[in-house]
Amino acid sequence: MKSSTRYFLSALGLAGFLLIWEGIARSGLLETYLLPPPSTIPAALFSEIREGFWQVMVVASLRHYTVGFVLGSVLGVGLGVMVALFPRIEASQAWLARVLRPIPPLAWIPFAIIWFGITETAAAFIISIGIFWINYFTAMGAVQAVDKDLIEVARAFGHRSFPALLRKVILPGAAPGILSGLRAGLGQGWMTVVAAELFGIQGIGQRMIEASGLLATNVVILYMFSIALLYGVSDYIFVLIQKRILAWQR
Amino acid sequence: MAKIIETQDLAVAFAEGDDHNIIFRHLNVSVEKGEFVTLVGVSGAGKSTLLRVIADLIPPYEGSVKLDAAHDPTRRPIAMVFQAALLMPWRKVGDNISLGLDGIDVSAAVKKERVEWTLELVGLAGYEDRWPYQLSGGQRQRIGIARALAVDPAILLMDEPFGALDAITRTGLQDELLRIWQETHKSILFVTHDIEEAVYLGDRVLLLGDKPAHIVNEYHITVDRDQRRESEEFLHMVDEVKAGLLAAMALSNGSG
Repeated sequence: MKSSTRYFLSALGLAGFLLIWEGIARSGLLETYLLPPPSTIPAALFSEIREGFWQVMVVASLRHYTVGFVLGSVLGVGLGVMVALFPRIEASQAWLARVLRPIPPLAWIPFAIIWFGITETAAAFIISIGIFWINYFTAMGAVQAVDKDLIEVARAFGHRSFPALLRKVILPGAAPGILSGLRAGLGQGWMTVVAAELFGIQGIGQRMIEASGLLATNVVILYMFSIALLYGVSDYIFVLIQKRILAWQR
Repeated sequence: MAKIIETQDLAVAFAEGDDHNIIFRHLNVSVEKGEFVTLVGVSGAGKSTLLRVIADLIPPYEGSVKLDAAHDPTRRPIAMVFQAALLMPWRKVGDNISLGLDGIDVSAAVKKERVEWTLELVGLAGYEDRWPYQLSGGQRQRIGIARALAVDPAILLMDEPFGALDAITRTGLQDELLRIWQETHKSILFVTHDIEEAVYLGDRVLLLGDKPAHIVNEYHITVDRDQRRESEEFLHMVDEVKAGLLAAMALSNGSG
C-alpha cells in the first residue's frame, strides 16, 4: 500500500468514527449527558482553557507522569540489566518478582496514601510501578538475549574488562529491547495517570471526576482526548529518538 | 625458522559439574614465522577450541601456549577471523574494523589510515560508512578479515572463515587471502573442514584426529601455488589428505 493511501484510510477511519458518533448523539435516542456529540468538545476546550483549568491540569498530570516515568524506567532498566548480568542476583529475585509482579499498580493506592499522603509523590509512585515492571522484564530479557558470540569477538579484540564489554556489546546489543520496553512503559504510564489522580491529587483524573459529578460529560470526553493527544505526542517523539538510536537496524 | 606459535602438551577441558570433560590432551602444534598452516580434522576434535586457547579466550587445562610475537603497543599480537563474520550490527563498517584499535596506542589519524588500508586490502575501499546490514555475506566476511588485519597482528587465526559462503565467493576470497598473506607476511593458522581449501592455501596441512585429539599427520605442500587448483600433483595431494582423514575417522569410530 502506498503511504498516501494509508494516511487517507487512517484519516477516513477516524472521521467516520466521529461522524457516526455525532449522528447517534444528535438522533435524540440518548440524553446528551449520556453521549455528548463530539462537536461540543471544542467549546468545552475553550471554556476549560479560559477558566484556566486545562493548562493547570495537563501540566500537573505531565509532572506526575514524567516523575513516575523516569523513576520507573531508570529503576526498571537498571535492575533488569543487573539481574540479567549476575546469575546470583537473578536467582535471588526469581520468587520475589513472581510475588510482587502480579500486584496491579492501583492496588498500591492505599499504601501510596499512607506513605506519601495525598501528594504528587503518591501519584508518581503509583505511575512508576507499572512502568518499573515492564522495563524490568524487557531489559532483563534484552540483556540475556545479547549474542554471546559478539561478546567473544569483543574479548578477542582486547575488550576484556566488564565495563568495556558492557559498553561495547551488552548495552548496544540490548538497546532495541530496552527501548521497546521504555516505549511500552510510556503508554502504560498514561493509563495509570488518571487512576492515580482519582483520589484527589490535582491533575486530569481529578478534573474528570469533578466534571462527571456535574454530568458535564463533554468535559470528561475533552480530557479523554487530551490524554490520547499527550500519549500520541510523547510516543511520536519517542519513536523519532528511537529511530535515531537504532539507525543501524534495517 | 623460528616458531611463532608453539603449544606444549596442551590440554583443554570444560567443567561438567564436579567433573571435567577433556577435549584434548598432549597437543603439540607449532607455526613458523610467516607460515600458512591449515588445520583439518575429525569433527569434534577441538579445532576451534585450539584456536580459542591460542587466542587466550579459553584457559588451558594443562600445558601452555608459547607465542613469539614482539611486544608493540600499536599492534595486537593475535587477531581472529570467525566463521560467521560476527560484525557488531550497531557499528558502521569503519567502526567495526577499528574495534581492536580501541584500547591500543594508536592515534585517530593512524586509526583512520588502518581502516582505509585494510578496506583497500579486502577490496571494499570507501565502505566505512555503511551499516553491516547493507553488506552481502561475502562482504561481511571481508570486513571480518579487515577487522583482524587492522590491528596488524603477527598471527592471524582463522576459524573456518569461508565455511558459510557460496563456492564462487569462497574461491575469490581464498585467492584474496593468499595475496594479503603474501603482502603482509602474517603467520596464519587456518581451520577448515574443506580439504581442497586446506591444500590450496597451506604451506603445511595438519591433520587432527581425536580420542584423544592429536596431530595424526602433517603434509608439506610443495606444489607451486599457481599450479594449485587443477594440476595432477595438487589433486593427488588432496586425495592423500582425504585418505588420511578417512583413516583417522575410522580409527576414531573404532575406538569410540
